[in-house]
Amino acid sequence: MNGGHDLGGRHGLGPINPEQNEPVFHGEWEERVFALTVAMGFCGEWNIDAARYARENRNPADYIQASYYQVWLYGLLVLLQERDLLLEGELETGIAQKTRATKFAPKAEEVLSKLALGGSCARETSAAQEFSVGDKITTRNINPKAHTRLPSYTRGKTGTVAAVNGVFVFPDSNAQFLGEDPQYCYSVRFEGSELWGEQAEPNSCVYLDMWEPYLEHA
Amino acid sequence: MAHHHHDEGSALEENPLRVKALESLLVEKGYVDPAALDQLIDIYENKVGPRNGAAVVARAWVDPQFKAKLLSDATNAIKEFGFEGRQGEHMEVKENTPGIHNMVVCTLCSCYPWPVLGLPPVWYKAAPYRSRAVSEPRAVLAEFGVTLSDDTEVRVWDSTAELRYLILPMRPENTDHLSEEELALLVTRDSMIGTGIALEEEPK
Repeated sequence: MNGGHDLGGRHGLGPINPEQNEPVFHGEWEERVFALTVAMGFCGEWNIDAARYARENRNPADYIQASYYQVWLYGLLVLLQERDLLLEGELETGIAQKTRATKFAPKAEEVLSKLALGGSCARETSAAQEFSVGDKITTRNINPKAHTRLPSYTRGKTGTVAAVNGVFVFPDSNAQFLGEDPQYCYSVRFEGSELWGEQAEPNSCVYLDMWEPYLEHA
Repeated sequence: MAHHHHDEGSALEENPLRVKALESLLVEKGYVDPAALDQLIDIYENKVGPRNGAAVVARAWVDPQFKAKLLSDATNAIKEFGFEGRQGEHMEVKENTPGIHNMVVCTLCSCYPWPVLGLPPVWYKAAPYRSRAVSEPRAVLAEFGVTLSDDTEVRVWDSTAELRYLILPMRPENTDHLSEEELALLVTRDSMIGTGIALEEEPK
């Protein structure tokens, strides 16, 4: 979706202002939002792409003004409500009305082993690999209202395939629970001048990881 | 996105209570184990962080064979340290040289290599860095105190898939006398994101 999260190349957002000696969390509520988000993810009720979509699918002004753990909290509430894991009124009253079984309900030790295991997105496909290293490609000008990992600033641009990363779960499909639809994923190099025209800084380029459905031969 | 949480308005002040209520409900419903929450926080607050990545970088500086493996098969090279799992499943390491400077961003969200760097700082997740790193990387680097000549190519890696990038910074000059452990102290978090360079001398 062309949402507030799709920030590459936007202007007017100010200086970076890194915080010196920044703590990992700013206050206890951030700790809890982080842990709840990770722990609920292990219940198997959604996938990482659906979680990203839940965070970005909102009014762009609200997204930009929120702190990052506010974005995570918003996304978590959306996911819980969509799946009836949190019912209307429960958060306001603090009283649980109804519970349903989740796919998994991992205990602490299982959560830790799942964390160490991670979740590989590498899959297999019988499809032929369309592009090779060195190929010139042009990205498709797609504007889906649902989740995509093709940033706006790269659409309709021409670059060069720098590497074949492998075959990965396709987020555009997975986020909508339409299946993993594994696709080849490539590392693609775009010159700064191709992306930003005469405003590009000298001798700069951007590499992005792009799934085959985003690409056409140039 | 705001840089500092205390810049926020009343919405934020509601957060602590709201989060507490949410946690109580999810625990009561049996969806989360409260012990798991405490352990998750402890891991990322106290155990996993940029010291992990610094150990990997220092090893690459002293061991050419390890460096070759790190650049060609980063996930397995990093696994030798026991650093693996969530948000580090598919690692890529890019080497900075006098002619090429690499830096990492996630313009669409906050993708970051957790097992080697821990959780990302606020600025990495906030709108200014995410918007500008791809369109004016040299200006961004200058704000971090890094000035590059135009002869140095700047390569920005926008983490749009599940590959997670770690930058291998250049080893500082005149560090032949330092041990691997001492070298690791020169490796900053920002040097592994690519928004900084390694320290010249051991911090006192």
